[in-house]
Amino acid sequence: MSGLPPVPGTEHQTITIESNDDVVRARQLVRGLAQRCKLSLVDQTKLVTAASELARNTLVYGGGGVMRLGLVQRDGRTGVTAVFEDSGPGIPDIDQAMTDGWTSGGGLGLGLSGARRLVDDFTLETEVGSGTQIAVTKWAR
Amino acid sequence: MTERVPVLKIGDVLLVSIQVDLEDQIVLDLQEDLASRIVESGARGVVIDITAVEIVDSFVGRMLATTAAISRMLDAETVVVGMRPAVAITLVELGLSLGGVRTALTLEKGLNLLARPGNDRPAQR
Repeated sequence: MSGLPPVPGTEHQTITIESNDDVVRARQLVRGLAQRCKLSLVDQTKLVTAASELARNTLVYGGGGVMRLGLVQRDGRTGVTAVFEDSGPGIPDIDQAMTDGWTSGGGLGLGLSGARRLVDDFTLETEVGSGTQIAVTKWAR
Repeated sequence: MTERVPVLKIGDVLLVSIQVDLEDQIVLDLQEDLASRIVESGARGVVIDITAVEIVDSFVGRMLATTAAISRMLDAETVVVGMRPAVAITLVELGLSLGGVRTALTLEKGLNLLARPGNDRPAQR
């Protein structure tokens, strides 16, 4: 999914993000998995907040898309990965988009840069005209 | 979605206790409801209780900041109460320190803050 092996015996889920309600549902699913992964309360809150920012970006800037979610493992550690994918306009200037305070819409410009600070792993792939994929992972300590 | 967050009036304070998982439209509706209720009721203070709120992202954070600014223009002070420690840590890391928003740890402290004489000055920043 994000290039990381899944935890055996667990399944990845996919949900569509087409409305504000889906953003709420995305948050709830991420929270459920973060609890199952035994992330600390602060880490759960950080991951769910990052997911909320990214799900809203998928909806507002990407014109809707999907979130894929699952437990992954690396070096004996377990983590929660969430991948947000849209077929929207893509991001022409990634450095600019990752800058605090920069926004192409009406937001605060903290979504992408803030989400990156809140997670352990963050990867962004984008192509102008075909879409954006952002994968985030938080590892249990 | 017609769900709305109730706005209660206690004396000259409006109290909002957020008990639902906030969907963006509910947040926008609440902001409008509060502005009109302040004017209708002549309330001098607004308390927003977020004790039950598990996450505050940049959208909700911005709502808290703009609600504080709007109510200040309408001659009411806003206090946000009950923020969880994990929410505070996450907000600061996200890059939102809510500089213009007054906070109190509990509802009681928030109400006391509003009741204090000389508190009708605009907050710093």
